[in-house]
Amino acid sequence: MATLKELAKQDELFSGGHRLCAGCGIPPIVRLVLRSANAPVVATTATGCLEVGTTIYPYTAWRIPWVHSAFENAAATISGIETAYRAFKKRGRIPQDKNIKFIAFGGDGGTYDIGLQALSGALERGHNFLYVCYDNGAYMNTGIQRSGATPFGAATTTSPAGDVIPGKQELKKDLTRIVVAHNVPYAAQGSPHNWADLSKKAEKALKVNGPSFLNVISPCPLGWYSKPEESIEAAKIAVDTCYWALYEVENGVLKINYKPKQKRPISDWLKMQGRFKHLLKPENKPLLDRMQQYIDTEWERLLSLEGKII
Amino acid sequence: MTTPAIKGQAGLTGNSAIAYGMKQINPDVCAAYPITPSTGIVEEFSGYVADGAVDTEFITVESEHSAMSACIGASAAGARVMTATSSQGLAYMWEMLYIASGMRLPIVLTDVNRALSAPINIHCDHSDSMGARDAGWIQLYSETVQEAYDNLLQAVRIAEHKDVMLPVMVCLDGFITSHAIENITLINDADVKEFIGEYQAAHPLLDTDNPVTYGAMTLPDTYMEFKHQQSKAIARSKDVVSEIGKEFGKKFGREYGLMEKYKLDDADAAIVILNSAAGTTKVAVDELRKAGKKVGILKPRLFRPLPYREIADALRNVKSVAVLDRVDSMNGFGGPLFNETRSALYELEKRPKVISRIFGLGGRDYKVKDAVQVFDELLKIADTGKVESLTKYIMNKES
Repeated sequence: MATLKELAKQDELFSGGHRLCAGCGIPPIVRLVLRSANAPVVATTATGCLEVGTTIYPYTAWRIPWVHSAFENAAATISGIETAYRAFKKRGRIPQDKNIKFIAFGGDGGTYDIGLQALSGALERGHNFLYVCYDNGAYMNTGIQRSGATPFGAATTTSPAGDVIPGKQELKKDLTRIVVAHNVPYAAQGSPHNWADLSKKAEKALKVNGPSFLNVISPCPLGWYSKPEESIEAAKIAVDTCYWALYEVENGVLKINYKPKQKRPISDWLKMQGRFKHLLKPENKPLLDRMQQYIDTEWERLLSLEGKII
Repeated sequence: MTTPAIKGQAGLTGNSAIAYGMKQINPDVCAAYPITPSTGIVEEFSGYVADGAVDTEFITVESEHSAMSACIGASAAGARVMTATSSQGLAYMWEMLYIASGMRLPIVLTDVNRALSAPINIHCDHSDSMGARDAGWIQLYSETVQEAYDNLLQAVRIAEHKDVMLPVMVCLDGFITSHAIENITLINDADVKEFIGEYQAAHPLLDTDNPVTYGAMTLPDTYMEFKHQQSKAIARSKDVVSEIGKEFGKKFGREYGLMEKYKLDDADAAIVILNSAAGTTKVAVDELRKAGKKVGILKPRLFRPLPYREIADALRNVKSVAVLDRVDSMNGFGGPLFNETRSALYELEKRPKVISRIFGLGGRDYKVKDAVQVFDELLKIADTGKVESLTKYIMNKES
């Protein structure tokens, strides 16, 4: 694995000057993943913050070949690109020793929800690509609407904390498990606060032969109602509360990459974010307890699977 | 499965002829999903892939939306790309059709025309391709298996022409043409290869030394320039379609223009009609001509872009015209071919009377007697100058 010094010396493939928000988790994720490739990369991005924030014509933040076509089809688009690459290699139009990596980026809306079918199809077909989901837990680009990745209890513009319904009443979809069920060679969850872990995972994901998947928590000050300067801290506390577990499934074997010495209560994470403000009111204690219970159950489940073929 | 060697004359269904044409084209990438009645194309092409008769990379996608998305990715990567679909499949691709044309990707799609739900119906009409008529794709219509095969080969050249760079849709009638065996003349592999040539994309994604950004976000200050360029390109493509149709004729003996005029020169009454039903109408014309009636047909081959000047010119001396649409625009004012033909004729100082007839929806029969009936009505209009019903369905149902 590259050291931080080595990573910092590499050419920047994702330039500054883009229009993503201050404190957005996406740029550090994308930069780190691109730096881990150690090979030419062709990327696609689903419609969303990353796409609109980086390519306002005639500007582009991408110093690699990049394409955006639509919202729900990043995995299908990268399938086509990767297949063209194989066709060209077979026909001698690309030298045999040239090795290009293919990466699709999508937000949680474009991955958990509208893009799930295309993702499933591409995983099942076994294309050689990495799919990176930056999960900020809502449709942030369109103004913070609820997605299948929105945490239980969170207030969004389509699941507001009202007088009768206190925010989102459903649990988050466990997308990483769904991806693992496709028996892909490598799938993992990462966080931008732990650059070493994320970088190592991106390197592994790009080395395997076949589809790989990274689900990365991505703080969003706009949608989380959190302080931009606390984004990386918010990602860290999400991991320390075990809301967002850092683990990987390599050739079917589950490994937990980080176990907090002392698991922090979920309220530590919630209190940084305005979207959970209502959950911290005394009358909503049962909701807070339910969320804590869900996190505990999921963490126990992961611990019980550690080292096993799942 | 072994691949039969087919040379020269062959009895082939429309689907087999398209699959065979695709085999000869041997595209870099094909991404497709099964749907009746175009499934046969995908099945037969899969056989060519499995047997090594082509070295195309075939992506068996999980939906038509992903089929077109994968085609877009592969085409932007620099590959020559093809697919085939019908009906709901084309409807499901709809979002991506606009993106393929907006990104100026020369993808070739065969649409085996089938009705759209609801109610669900697997048989022929033109609701699918007509629903995509404003998607920025060039559309070629085919009366016969031969025309479908010839159109497919020309479509590759048209799409990839440097003055065009747009996707092309080749349309043929579901079951009527896709499943009927016709004796057609095939072109040998070497000639096909020479005719279509190699495709070298100008800015492929796979050229990692020269990175490009495709599909950037545009705001009101630039979006319109992109659309204006696209609009000019599809308008320009009309001349490219003509040129390539002529070149095809010189090389292979079957010349193609923008439309076919059948006994139209001295006609008083004309039917304008697309695809296989033109064949049925030709029989009616022959019968009526024997009885001394001056009737003819205008069969557009190119519908997108609309060759409006040529249509007006072709119908300049006709007194009455019936435009037969195998689709209803659901606008209370006839089908799309009717509306656009009628609009094209507006430029003429002396305009013929033009009526709309909707026929053959969901595979309903269209018979010679139906065409004869329309011509009788047209000849009456030509005599009296009076139109009794501007728009009407030809129900053709014995009750």
